[in-house]
Amino acid sequence: MKATTPQTNIARRRFLSETARTVCGVSFVGLGLGFYTQKALSLPATSLRPPGALNEKDFQAACVRCGLCVRDCPYNILKLADIIDQAATGTPYFEARKIPCEMCEDIPCVVACPTNALDKSLTNIDDARMGLAVLIDQETCLNFQGLRCDVCHRVCPLLNEAITLEPQHNTRSGKHALFIPVVHSDKCTGCGKCERACVLEEAAIKVLPISLAKGELGHHYRWGWKEKEKAGESLVTPDVKHQYNLPEGLKYDHAGEGLQKE
Amino acid sequence: MHTVIKQNLFERKRSWLQNYKWLIFRRLSQITIFSLFMLGPWFDIWIIKGNLSSSLTLDVLPLTDPFIAIQSLFAGQSLTTVALTGVLIISLFYILVGGRVYCSWVCPINIATDCASWLRKKFNIKSSSLFPRNTRYWLLAMTFIMALITGTLSWELINPVTLVQRGIISGLWISVAIMLMIFLFDLLISRDAWCGHICPVGAFYSLFGRIGLIRVSAYHRDNCNDCMDCFVVCPEEQVIKSALRGAKNNISPVILEINCTNCGRCIDVCDKNVFKFTHRFNHSTTSFNFLNQEPPQ
Repeated sequence: MKATTPQTNIARRRFLSETARTVCGVSFVGLGLGFYTQKALSLPATSLRPPGALNEKDFQAACVRCGLCVRDCPYNILKLADIIDQAATGTPYFEARKIPCEMCEDIPCVVACPTNALDKSLTNIDDARMGLAVLIDQETCLNFQGLRCDVCHRVCPLLNEAITLEPQHNTRSGKHALFIPVVHSDKCTGCGKCERACVLEEAAIKVLPISLAKGELGHHYRWGWKEKEKAGESLVTPDVKHQYNLPEGLKYDHAGEGLQKE
Repeated sequence: MHTVIKQNLFERKRSWLQNYKWLIFRRLSQITIFSLFMLGPWFDIWIIKGNLSSSLTLDVLPLTDPFIAIQSLFAGQSLTTVALTGVLIISLFYILVGGRVYCSWVCPINIATDCASWLRKKFNIKSSSLFPRNTRYWLLAMTFIMALITGTLSWELINPVTLVQRGIISGLWISVAIMLMIFLFDLLISRDAWCGHICPVGAFYSLFGRIGLIRVSAYHRDNCNDCMDCFVVCPEEQVIKSALRGAKNNISPVILEINCTNCGRCIDVCDKNVFKFTHRFNHSTTSFNFLNQEPPQ
C-alpha cells in the first residue's frame, strides 16, 4: 500500500466529502423528481391521448415530446402539455369538450409519430380507443326526461353503432317513450364528438379514459348461460320439479295461505 | 521583405472581426437553427417540423436526440427505425464536430447563460460556483436511474433544455420564464451554474467529446504571454490548462478534455493567435516564435 502523506490525505478527504455532498444533493433532486413523476403519470380524466396511444405509462416512456403529431393534425386538435398543464409536460392531448377528434381516415398523427408512442398498427380509425363515452348524468340528460334531444346520437361518427337509442316506457307521462342513448364500448372510439355536442351547460355524456369507464370481471368469473351454450347443456345438476312430501289431502300454497286442504 | 510580411501578419492589431469571428458564427448558428424551427409555427413555412427532441426536415430527414432516446430505452421502450435513424444521424454528426457543439452552437439556453456570464464580467459580479463541475455527471446518472425506476421519461418532465424550445414553438411562454430563471441564477447566484456544472444534457454530449473529431488546439502555445484572456472567457476554463501549458511535459496542444464546448471564444480573444480549430489527431505545434523577434528597424 502506498504511503499516505498529509497532502494525499487532505486531497482524499476533500474528494470524498465533495462527492458525498454532490451525491446527496443529486439524490434529493431525484427524490423530488420521483414524486413529481408519480403525479405526472396520472393523466387527468378530461385529457385524452391521440388515437393509437399506448397505455398511459408506456405512452409516457415512449413519447419523446417532439410535437410532430400536433403538427400533422389537420384540425389543430392536439396540443402539447406545458409544464403548468396537468398532463405530463410536453405530451400531446386533447379535451373532448373543447375540441374533439375528427377521426381522419389516414390518421396523420399516428403516421407522424417517430416512436412507438402512437401504435403504428392502428390503420383503421374505427379501431381507435382514445377513451369511452359514458352517459354519466341521467338526471340532466334531456333524453332521460323524455325529450327528443338525441344530439349525441346524431353527431356520432359511427351513427347507430357506437350510440343507439333504446326505447323505454315513460313512467312520468304514462303514455310516451323515452329514447335512452346507450354507448357500446365495442364501437365507441372515444373521439369526443358527443361530449362536445351535448347541449347542456355541463355535458351529461363524457368521454373518460377506458380504465375509468370500464369495469372488469374477475378473471375466474364465468357467465353460466354462456358456458351452458358453449357446452350445449347445463354444467350444474339440472333443476327437478320440487315436491313437498305432505300427508295425503294437503297442499302448500306459496301465495301466503300456507298449508291447505285439497 | 520576409520580416515585413511576418510583421504584417502578427504584429498588426487584430481587427474587430477577428476578435469576434467565432462568437458571431456561433450566434448565427444558434439563431438560424432557432429560426428554422420557428418558421413553421410563426410563418407557416415548414422546413423543419418538431423540436430538438425529434424533428422531421423537409419531410424526409428524421433527427432524434440520442439523450431522450436512451432515456426511453431505460424506461423500457424500444426504438422505431425512424427514431434509430434520427439518433444515428445526430450521433455521427456530434462525433464528427465534437459533442458539446450542441451546447455552444445549437442549444437555445446557451444564449441566456452566455449573456449572464458576459454581464458578470461587465459588472464584476464575483460569486463563485455553488456546485462542483462533476455535478452534471451525477445528474446524468440520475436521469437514467429515474427513467429505469419510474418507467417513464422522468427528467423530460422538467428538462429546461427541451422545455424552453418546445414552449416557444407551441406558444407557451411560461417556458421563457424558466430560461429567465436560469439566466438570473447564473448571473447572481452561481457562476456558469447551468451549462458548466448542472446540465445533464451537456454532460451527455460531453461523452461524445471523448471521440469528437474537431477540437481546439493551442498550436501556437509558445506564443502565449500568460495574459489569461482565454481562461477568463472560457466557459469551461479547466479544459485549457494542460493543452496550453503542457509543452514542458510533452502534452498534446489539442484540447482533448471532453467538457470543451468548441465555442472558439479562446481563438477569438487571444491576441497572440495561440488557438485554432483542428482535428483531434493533429498534435503539431509551431515552434517558430514570430512575436518575440525584434521588430525590424
